[in-house]
Amino acid sequence: MNEQVCSQKKCRNLSRADFLGLAVPTFAAFWTMMAGYPIYRYLLPKPGEGEAQSKVGSVTLGAVGEVPAGTGKNFRFGSTPAIITHTEDGEFHAFKAICTHLGCTVQFREDTDQIWCACHGGCYDPTSGKNIAGPPPKPLEPLKVAVVDGKIVVSQG
Amino acid sequence: MTSESSRITGLRAWLETRLRLSEGLKLAEKKEVPIHKHSVWYYMGGIALMLLLVQFASGILLMVYYIPGIESAHACILKINSQVDFGWFFRSLHSWGANFLILVLFAHLFSCYFMKAYRKPREITWISGLLLLGISMAFGFTGYLLPWDDVSFFATKIGLDIASKMPVIGEHLASLLRGGDAIGQATLSRFFMIHVAALPVLLLALLGGHLLLVQVHGMSEPESFKKLETEKKSYEKFFPNFLLKDVLVWLLALNALAALVTLSPWGIGPEADPFGPAPLGIKPEWYFLAEFQFLKLVPAKLGPLEGELAGIAFMLLFALGLVAAPFYDKGDSKLKSRIATIYGVLLLLGMIIFTVWGAFS
Ligand code: HEM
Ligand code: FES
Repeated sequence: MNEQVCSQKKCRNLSRADFLGLAVPTFAAFWTMMAGYPIYRYLLPKPGEGEAQSKVGSVTLGAVGEVPAGTGKNFRFGSTPAIITHTEDGEFHAFKAICTHLGCTVQFREDTDQIWCACHGGCYDPTSGKNIAGPPPKPLEPLKVAVVDGKIVVSQG
Repeated sequence: MTSESSRITGLRAWLETRLRLSEGLKLAEKKEVPIHKHSVWYYMGGIALMLLLVQFASGILLMVYYIPGIESAHACILKINSQVDFGWFFRSLHSWGANFLILVLFAHLFSCYFMKAYRKPREITWISGLLLLGISMAFGFTGYLLPWDDVSFFATKIGLDIASKMPVIGEHLASLLRGGDAIGQATLSRFFMIHVAALPVLLLALLGGHLLLVQVHGMSEPESFKKLETEKKSYEKFFPNFLLKDVLVWLLALNALAALVTLSPWGIGPEADPFGPAPLGIKPEWYFLAEFQFLKLVPAKLGPLEGELAGIAFMLLFALGLVAAPFYDKGDSKLKSRIATIYGVLLLLGMIIFTVWGAFS
C-alpha cells in the first residue's frame, strides 16, 4: 500500500518533469517564432517597390547623331540600365543592358563590334542581342527603338 | 613607505575579494604550451585577435566621418583619404587590416587542421573557428560595398546574384540583403547595419566562446609530440612566458602592418554608376577569388543543372568537409587520418591555384 503511493508519487513527479521538459522548449519555440515573424516582415522589402519606377513606357535619348554608326551607348531606362547600338547598316537596336549570366551591366566594344560584359567576358551580337560567346545562357532582353523627328525613342519591347 | 605598501596590499585584497583575480590567473597558469618544431603556428590565433582589435578601433574611427548614403558614401571616403588628418592612415589600416586578418585566419585554420587539433575534445572549438572565419568573410563582403566605388558595386552585384541561385531560399535571401530588386540605398543601409552592428555582436559572442574553450582544453599536441617519452616533452607556461612572446609577435605584426599601410595606402575607384557598364578588370576581394575563378570555368549548362548552381553546390560540399573532419577523423584510424590530410592538402592547393589563376586572368 505504502509502496504504491510512493511509486505513484514518483510517477507523478516524473511526469511533471517530463511535462516541463516538453513545455519549456515548445513554449520557447513558439515565442521565438512569434518574435521572429515581425522582425522578418520588417526586414522584407516591399515587393514591386523598385519595379514601379522601372515601368516607364519610353525614353527619348536625343538626336540620332549622338550615336554614330558603329558605336553603342549605355543609358538609363527607368530603373534598369539599358544599351543602344547603331550598327553599320544604319539600324538602331536597344536592349536591357543586364547580362543574362550574373546581371552585370554590358557595354558596346568598338574594337570587336560586339556587346560585351566585363565581368566574365560574355559577348552578344549587337544586332539581335543573341549570346554568342562566354557564359551567358540567354540573349539580352530587347527594347523597341523608333526614330521620331530625328530623335531616338526607346520603348518597352 | 610602510603605509604606502600596506595601502597597495589593502587595495589588492579589496579587488581580490570582488574580482577573484587569482582564480583566473590559476586557469592561465595551468595552461602549458608544448614546444616543438611546429610551435610557431600557435601564434596565429593570437595575431588574429590583435588584428581584430585593430579592425574595431579603426572601424569605429571611420564611422566618425562615414555616412552610409549612396550620394555621400564615396565622397566621405574621399574626404577621409584627403582632408581628415591621418584619415588615409586609419582607412588604409582598416582595409589592409581586414585582408591581413583573413590571411592569418586561413593560416590559423590550416595549421590547426594539419596538426589535427580538431579531434576530441576540441570539435566545438574547431566549428566555432569555422564560424568565425565565415563571419570575418561576411565582414569583408559587406565592407567592400561601403566605399560605393564601381568595382565594389559590381562585385556585390555578382555576389548577390550568385547567392540568389541557391535553390529555394536563394532569391529570398538575396532580396532580403539587397532590400529590393536592385542594388541601391536600401542595400547600402543594410550592408552598413550588418557590417557595424550585427556582425560585431555575433563575432564577439562567438569569439568569447572560442577563447574560453581554448583556455579550458589547453593547447593540442600534434601526434609526433604526443608520441615522445615524457622526459623528452618540453613545455612552457602560457602565463606569463608564452603570453609575453605573444605580445612581442603582436608588436612585430602591427609594425609590419603599419609599414604596409604607410608605404602603400589603400586606393579607391571612381564612384559607382548603377547605370553605367561594369568596369574592366572587375574582381572580388582576393579571398573570394578562388570561387569566382572556379565559377568562370563552369559551363552555363551542366546536363540538366544550371552551371552556376552545380558549381556552387560542388564548392559548398567540398568545403563542408572541414565541418565533417572532426567526426570522421577521430584519431582511431591511420587510414582516416591520412584521408583527412589528403583532403586538406587538396583543399589548400585548390584554393591557392584558383586564387593565383584568378589574380592573373
Ligand atoms: C566593429 C568592427 C568594425 C567596424 C565598426 C567597421 C566599420 C567600417 C566602416 C565604417 C567602413 C567604411 C569605410 C571604408 O570603406 O573604409 C568599413 C569598411 C570595411 N570594413 Fe569594416 N568595420 C569593422 C570590422 C571589420 C572586420 C572584422 C573586417 C574584415 C575581416 C572588416 C572589413 C572591411 C572592409 C574590407 C571594408 C572596405 C574597406 C574599403 O574598401 O575602404 N571590417 N568598416
Ligand atoms: S555577368 Fe556577364 S558574363 Fe558573367
